[in-house]
This record gives sequence, C-alpha cells and structure tokens, in this order.
Amino acid sequence: MTLIRAEGLVKTYRSGEVEVQAVKGVDFAIEAKSFVSFVGPSGSGKTTLLNMIGCLDHPSGGKLSVVDRDVSTLGRRAAAEFRGEHIGFVFQDFNLIPVLTAYENIEYPLIMVQAWPEKKRREQVMRLLDAVGMAGQANKRPDQISGGQKQRVAVARALSTNAELVLADEPTANLDHDTAYRIIELMKKMRNELGTTFVFSTHDPKIMSEAEVIFTLEDGRMNQHQNSGKAVAAHA
Amino acid sequence: MLSILKIAIRNLARFGRRTLLTSSLITLGIVAVLLFIATAGSFKTMMIGQFTDAVLGHLQVHRKGYVASIDTLPLNLNMQPAMVQRVEKVLGKLDGVEAFSERVKLGAMFSNFTETTSARVNGIDPEKEAATTPLLPGRISQGSKERPLLKRGETLIPTLLARGMKVKVGDTIVLVATNRDGSVNGKTFVVRGVVDNMTGPSGRDSYIHIDDARDLLRMKEPEVSEIAIRLRNPAQLDRVYAQLSQELIGFSGKGGDAGKGGGAGKGEGGGTGLEVHTWADLSPFSSIVRMIDLLSVFIKVMLVSIVLVSVLNVMVMAVYERIREIGTISAIGTPPRKILSLFLTEGLLLGVGGAALGTAISLGVIYALNVWKITYSFGQQQNLVLSPAVGVADVLITATMVVVVALLASLQPAWKASRMDPVTALGHV
Repeated sequence: MTLIRAEGLVKTYRSGEVEVQAVKGVDFAIEAKSFVSFVGPSGSGKTTLLNMIGCLDHPSGGKLSVVDRDVSTLGRRAAAEFRGEHIGFVFQDFNLIPVLTAYENIEYPLIMVQAWPEKKRREQVMRLLDAVGMAGQANKRPDQISGGQKQRVAVARALSTNAELVLADEPTANLDHDTAYRIIELMKKMRNELGTTFVFSTHDPKIMSEAEVIFTLEDGRMNQHQNSGKAVAAHA
Repeated sequence: MLSILKIAIRNLARFGRRTLLTSSLITLGIVAVLLFIATAGSFKTMMIGQFTDAVLGHLQVHRKGYVASIDTLPLNLNMQPAMVQRVEKVLGKLDGVEAFSERVKLGAMFSNFTETTSARVNGIDPEKEAATTPLLPGRISQGSKERPLLKRGETLIPTLLARGMKVKVGDTIVLVATNRDGSVNGKTFVVRGVVDNMTGPSGRDSYIHIDDARDLLRMKEPEVSEIAIRLRNPAQLDRVYAQLSQELIGFSGKGGDAGKGGGAGKGEGGGTGLEVHTWADLSPFSSIVRMIDLLSVFIKVMLVSIVLVSVLNVMVMAVYERIREIGTISAIGTPPRKILSLFLTEGLLLGVGGAALGTAISLGVIYALNVWKITYSFGQQQNLVLSPAVGVADVLITATMVVVVALLASLQPAWKASRMDPVTALGHV
C-alpha cells in the first residue's frame, strides 16, 4: 500500500525579484510501514520535501497525496487537523515543550490535538515511555535529561496519537554517533512494533545506511535506491 | 482547559522575574486606584458631611430668585407665611425628611461700642437648627454648648469676628440692621459663644434667635429667608429632591415682591415661586467633589494604560521568545484556537493575579488606616479623622477593568501566535 505519492512535485521560493526552485518536479512513492531516508547535502531540498509531506508547506506545482488524501491545497486549519490525525514529527533540536515533563510532552498531543480520555491517555503514555526506555525519567523536564533522552521522548510524542507516518528532519544531527545510532534503532524498533512509516532526512552516511529505501536529493532533483539488505532485515 | 491553564501557569513561572515585575506593576496600579478612591471618598464624605451637618443641611427651599441674589441677602425675597406653611406641610409628609429649620438671614452692622464692622447674621430656631445641623454645637469653641444653643437676646459669633472686634463670651454687642423699607433698627445681644469658622457659604455667619431677627427687621409677618432640610439618609437626596420639587409644583403662595410662576426647570418648584436646591447647588465644594471624581477617572485611565502597556509588552516578548515552540505545537497539530487560548490565558492570569493581589493589599492598607485613625486638618477644622472606605462596586469595577484590559492587551500577541506559519516559526533562530 502506497502511503505517500508525489508526481511532478515542485516548490519555488520567491525572495524579492529572485525565484529559487528548491524542489524541481520530483516523483516518488513511499510504501506504508517502510523506513525511508532522504539524503543529500545542505540546500538539496530535503527539509522542503519533508515540510510538504508534513503539510507544513504547500507545493508550488505537481501532486502530493498522503494517506490517500491530496494535501497540496489544504488550508491552515485542515492541514493542522490532518497533521494531528495522521503525522508525527521529530525535530533536529528535539523541540520538547520546556515547561512540561517527559510524560506531559508525550501526553500533550493526546490532550491538545486529540481529546483522549484520561485512562486511555495514561496507558498510551506509559506504554510509549516504556517502549522508548524513558519510564524512569517520566517526571523530568527537558532541561533535566540528555539530548538522546530528549529525542527518545520526541519519538514517543510523535507516536502518541498512533500516527501512520512519522517525519524526522535530521533527528540525529545534534547527537553523538552512538546516541544517533541508538535513536535510529529505536525508530526502526517502533516501526517494527507499531507498523508506523518513518521518513527521516540525514546527511550522515552511516545513519542513512540504516534506511530500507534511500532517496538521494541533489539540487532539488531526486534519485532512489533500495537498501535491500536492510529491507529484508526489517521485514523478517 | 485545565492543561491550557497548567501550561500558562508554568510559562509564567518560567519567566518568573518578568511575570513578577508585570504583576507588581498591575498590583501597584490597583493599590493606587483603590487607595485613592478610598481616601478621596473619605475626604469627600467627611467634607460633604461637614457642610451639610454643620451649615447647609442636605436641601434648602428659598423664594425664587433668592439664591441668585444671596450675596446681598435680599429681604424682599423672603418667603411669606403662606409659603412657609405650605413647605412645612409638604416636609411633614415626606418620609425621607428627618428635620428642617427655618432661617431669617440678614446683613447687619456689628458694634462692640468702640468699633463697627459688617456681619452676616442667621436668625434661627435653636432647637430646629440643632436637629437640622447637628454639628453646629460642635463648632462652638468658646461658651456653652448646652441646648438650647441660643436664647433670645443672645448671639453666637464666628471666631474671626470675635478676634477682629476683640469680643469675648459674655460681652454685649449691638447689631444694627436695615429692614426692607429702609428703616434702621438696633438691638443689643450678649455673646453666648464663639463658633469656629467653616469654609464655604454661611461658614462665617453669626447666629441669633429667629424671633430677635424678625424684631430687628421689624417684620410684620413671620417671614423666612430659607428652610434648611436634613434627610434621614443622604443617599436619598435625589429622590427627596424630586418629591419635594413635585409637591411644590402648582403652589402659588402669596404674592410678595418676587415674580411668581417661574419655569419648572431643575431647582425650581415650577410655578410656585419657590426653589429647591441641593447642598451641591449651594456650595462651591461641589466643584471640588466633581474634581475628585474626575481625578478618580484619570487615575483609572492611568491604571488601564499601565496594565495595557505592561501586559502587551510581556505578551509580545512571550510570543517572540517562543516562536520555535509555537512552530512545534503548531506542527504537531495544535489547533490555532488553542494556541490563541494559551497566550490569552497567560495574559488573563497576569491580570487576575495582579488584580487579586492589588485588591488584597489595598483592603489591608485601608483596614490599617482605619485602625490607625490618621487625623488631618481642613481649613479651620482640626483633627478630622481619615476614614477611608471602598465599596464593593468600586473594587469589582476596578478589578474587572484590569482583567479585561489584560485580556485585551494579550489579544494581539495571542492572535499573532495562533496565525504563525509553522515552517517560518520552526526556522526562527
């Protein structure tokens, strides 16, 4: 089943008189439950592509459907609802809410985005805290835990609403290599357990090699190749 | 809602120093306003009480045109007996009237047998006057305060006159007056007491018995210059004023020199040849009262400005500093209305916190001022006790005003936050 499909996707930015085409008519399809990486140098269009898939930005041309819905023309409110319903986000800088504990950060989308009842909420948060190995740090605030731990909480938050898709923009860029590797392993583990599709961007060759499908972006154009060994391992 | 409240409280605590400073400003503003209202109100009430209870009464009835010429104390504008009886009958029927006192006012020459000066004299019925202006005995600084305040042949004179003419209690003086026909008459009086001067109209008048005044003026009939009225409850001034004016409409009275059947506008017992005036119409202090009320409004405007600017400043800063955070919560699907609510709640809490603290401090200070019994002077009056008090309505209005303004000040930054583009916000450095 195809979760994301893009046809002739274009994104053009205008800066005064100058037009910059960040994404130049790319076509791709991402299957559900896959573990996908967008790789490429800075300015290649990785973040732009993730923003469009995540309904944070509109394409300038082409078609884009996510979870069987054309998202290229969604309005502000509809886009927010769609994101809350189907997509989880993991950010490079973790972006946890500083005044909330790890538990509350994971719980946040279940209260503010989706109105889950308290008992169901508690069960979900505890299950995710346990799954990401943060059960012992549930009551700590972001400034009381390490970068790796913050990103574990961020992954749990992205998964809290049972989103079909998690988008992670450079999720390991601010982590040391061992921690980065463990975060990627965690994401893959969650994909295996929950069947969530993970799409992440990176420019770290070792990290990108963990993906089953790798899309290489260069100057707004895309190449795809299958990382067959990983795909077999993931689906085994 | 609970989560929005929780996040808002924690965000305010996160920027504790700024929150404290802003709340302190709002608190100080509230304290300033409520203390001003309480002390100015106390001063106002006390001063109004001094005027009404010592000299003027709450209402006065005159012959039409008398007040306009009151500086000359015109004898040809006195009320005739039929008019007086009519007014007394009406006053006897009105529940709100506690007491009233007829007065004959005249200008006279005051002589101590070696020097002569001019004086304004009130002819009063001592019992009725004491009931209508109960603070009058308290003004007697020398001589007996026992009732009756005056007997025939006695006079109470103001301090300034006593000092200027070197007259003491027990001395004999002469009052010489000209009646309305131009004939002059004189009469001796024994100084029974000296009364403290009062600021305002009639505050430096001498008092004699009303029958002596009529004798001095050789009145053929018991005329009256004015009738001072004391109300049971001063708060009912407007109601009693309206009733009295209404009751006096249609009464034509006996002719006399004054024109009859004047207009029916405010202050006139339309068509009767009588006028009803409130103390505020007669006292220049009423303009000071209006100034105090106006000052209250200015102080409130200042409070609104303080709250508006400080909360707006804090909320603009709060939004600016948390742009990436706003981008994050927006990206993960928080609806714009909830982002709006988050920031509005912060502003609301600043207002509510400041208002609650300010009100508590104000009430505490007002209580302390009442316990300490601070005294002050006003004109010739010494040792007046400051009794600040603030009404529930004033507290509620001030606190509500602050909360509403805090909410309004948060609206623009909150709206901006809720409309923020998540991509731009997430990319903010």
